[in-house]
Amino acid sequence: MAVEFTLPELGENVEKGDVVRVLVAVGDVVGKDQPLLELETDKATIEVPSNVSGTVTEIRVKAGDKVSPGQSVLLVDADGDGGAAPARDAPKAEAGGQTEGAPPEAAKAAPPRRGEAPKDAAQKEPTAARQDESRERDKADNSRQAAGEPTTPPGPASEVPAAPSVRRYARELGVAIGDVPGTGPGGRIGQDDVKGHVRNVLAGPGSGMRGAAGPLPDFSRWGEVEARPMSNIRRKTAQHLTAAWQAPHVTQHEKADITALEAFRTAYGERVEKAGGKLTVTAIFIKIAALAIDRFPQFASSADMANEAIVYKHYRHIGVAVDTPNGLLVPVIRDADRKTLTEIAVELGEVSQKARDRKLSLDDMSGGVFSISNLGGIGGSHFTPIINQPEVAILGVSRSTIEPVWRDGEFVPREMLPLSLSYDHRVIDGADAARFIRFIAEAVERPLSMYV
Amino acid sequence: MSSAQLVVIGAGPGGYAAAFYAADMGLQVALVDSDPNPGGVCLYRGCIPSKALLHVAKVAGEARHASAWGLTYAEPKIDVDTLRAFKDGVVQRMVGGLGQLSRQRKILYIQGRASFVDAQTLSIELNKGGTESLSFQKAIIATGSRPAAVPALSIDSPRVMDSTAALDLPDIPKSLLVVGGGYIGLELGSVYAALGSKVTVVEMTGGLLPGADRDLAQLLHRQLEKTLHKILLNARVAEMKEGKNGVKVRIEGATLSAADKDQTFDRVLVAAGRKPNSAVPGLEKTKVKIGDRGFITVDASMRTGEPHIYAIGDVVGEPMLAHKASHEARVAVDGVLGRSAVFEPQAIPAVVFTDPEVAWCGLTETEARQQGRKIEVAKFPWAALGRAVAIDRPEGLTKLIIEPSTERVLGVGIVGSGAGELIAEGVVAVEMAALASDLSLSIHAHPTLSETLMEAAEVFYGHSTHVHKPKRK
Repeated sequence: MAVEFTLPELGENVEKGDVVRVLVAVGDVVGKDQPLLELETDKATIEVPSNVSGTVTEIRVKAGDKVSPGQSVLLVDADGDGGAAPARDAPKAEAGGQTEGAPPEAAKAAPPRRGEAPKDAAQKEPTAARQDESRERDKADNSRQAAGEPTTPPGPASEVPAAPSVRRYARELGVAIGDVPGTGPGGRIGQDDVKGHVRNVLAGPGSGMRGAAGPLPDFSRWGEVEARPMSNIRRKTAQHLTAAWQAPHVTQHEKADITALEAFRTAYGERVEKAGGKLTVTAIFIKIAALAIDRFPQFASSADMANEAIVYKHYRHIGVAVDTPNGLLVPVIRDADRKTLTEIAVELGEVSQKARDRKLSLDDMSGGVFSISNLGGIGGSHFTPIINQPEVAILGVSRSTIEPVWRDGEFVPREMLPLSLSYDHRVIDGADAARFIRFIAEAVERPLSMYV
Repeated sequence: MSSAQLVVIGAGPGGYAAAFYAADMGLQVALVDSDPNPGGVCLYRGCIPSKALLHVAKVAGEARHASAWGLTYAEPKIDVDTLRAFKDGVVQRMVGGLGQLSRQRKILYIQGRASFVDAQTLSIELNKGGTESLSFQKAIIATGSRPAAVPALSIDSPRVMDSTAALDLPDIPKSLLVVGGGYIGLELGSVYAALGSKVTVVEMTGGLLPGADRDLAQLLHRQLEKTLHKILLNARVAEMKEGKNGVKVRIEGATLSAADKDQTFDRVLVAAGRKPNSAVPGLEKTKVKIGDRGFITVDASMRTGEPHIYAIGDVVGEPMLAHKASHEARVAVDGVLGRSAVFEPQAIPAVVFTDPEVAWCGLTETEARQQGRKIEVAKFPWAALGRAVAIDRPEGLTKLIIEPSTERVLGVGIVGSGAGELIAEGVVAVEMAALASDLSLSIHAHPTLSETLMEAAEVFYGHSTHVHKPKRK
């Protein structure tokens, strides 16, 4: 008996992923939990385990395909009889309200002519031949999407679960109702779903990002050019930072005297190393930031403008920007206030490695309340980091230099570390930001001052 | 030459709804029709007069049936002139009201026949004589439909009627042949049967009401067998000849007896569908296109090939129903006003006003089966319902067509007394994407026939109070 394996839910807010590799081939015998696909989602590369067992009879995706939860991935023969014809009675997954079996061309044509036409096109149980044909078209469709060609929104679907008033509302906003994910019972689409969809679209590519800059000129007029598709990570970073940039930013600069801290790092470095970590400046700042937030709780808040509220988070999960060959990733160290420096250093080493290996899970990257971006390893004096919204502040760390510091009537050489604190001026006042960054600097210079 | 921001050609339930709405939205509107008042076929020669007659038929039927309840009346004495006057009074009252509403809205009502001079100008042949030119910025064509003539049956005889002639109620024939087992033939056939005619219905297909689900149609068939003389299925009229004492008719059909094949009827009603009135003179001077079966081609916004000309109602396609036309009227006027509107109903109610009535909306079981679609059908027989039994109408059936994965109600079908009123809840349920649980959890007044919708939803879950039908695991 043929069993269909469809892509399971990938995690909160993850709607699709790119197939990096298919890990099995036709004829392979697979067991439950065996990885079938390697998938690159917005921020992580994950392996998708099987929930079926048997012999693989057909694989319906290939590397480079965009896949969504519910999509048919492969067929296995549960009895191990590889020659059996694939059963087609499994319910078809619906992505975005569009029946998978429908030829995309039909669905994308201008509003179908009246009457029975849309029902016929979208709902007839596809025969195997049509299924194959539509898969071919799906592939073609995907490659078009990858090439950046715009896709026309589908015409009015005849049976989208939305009330007439909601359908009209969507139409007036220019939204194809079939594109809106419904959150009501039976997938019913409410007015709030339409609003949410519009918000997402506006924050997405092609609007904020492209719209702000306008269409690009034809660069090839001035020389040779090459266009490469954005990776998922790049695209998501671009979208996220464009949206994050909407918060009114101010960056406060400071310099911290880390002469004593460097001595401390030398003294304790070996001990931490034995535990498997590296006592880095970043690790220490994670700890200090967590403690500073205790004193200044608004630095772990979020502005909820819709409800005119400020949400204070009573946990101290600190995000750390990690530079990887694939792009910027921000893993989160949880409960940094309750962990020892050694624990933080070990964990930071682990997550940084996972980030570079693209093994971070979405969980590893969510829940932060404050972020740290340390570019000191590369250089630079100060920079203006962008807040990792919906957080409200980020600490940028640059490269330390030995500087003459006037102290007790003479210049003394001190190791000074440039710090840059970007904060969301909607919820944090300038004076508080100055106090916060000064507090951090003093915590480094005179650790006990924190407890005074 | 007069001018209008919007001209509406045809003042039926599509046309007058469009004209009234447009006027309410501040447009300067002209409305052209050959009848003295707005109303069109629906009010003058269709829905409304037939409902007046069907009401009388129902009263007659109930009076006959009342002896079973110990209430015996004499066989009714029917005064055709009074009956016709009642029906005409209903029509006059309604169209007169529409005329008044049209004047109150300052609509320029032109009684005449319009033809296109070009895509911006009409020439109207006035009923009172002469012609008038009218220039317009936008137009809505709402010219409706007419009874389809069957060439083989088009003999020159006053005994052969179309639905219009039948509604005029020339007399009460002793015997009447109805050609066509669709809703028009069955409604008018029922009227004549109630008035005392021996009515025979000939239907080409294997069942009455082609298009309706078979279980609904069969239930109606069983009831009609009691009031109609004969229902001949899989049969067609091969020949009709005017005879001395009536119309001689030869009926063909494999299963017919010899007596059925050659008969003479006092009158014949040909009710073999309707044809769109798309042959508006001069239309070829515009870019308006006429497509399959003579319907004007429109897009989802009711726009024709000429972007400033819209078309609505029977002239653009099936189903040819007044309420579909009025809804399309709003879509077209919204388009005229520059709003974004499309015609995309998920449920158009269809009602057959026989006794019992048959009504359905949304997806039918037949369509679902044709599409090979997975559905579940939940049926509630009226015999289990207190109110239905109390009014001695236990023969009804209410059913829901449900999508099993979401439990969404995709369609509703009802046969039974007052089904046409009950279907409204079904339409709202389908349009609102209601789940079966939405219907079962909404309190329905007891004892009413509306409970059948709630109970049908409960049947889906296997816990209807009045039907014991546990859900198969």
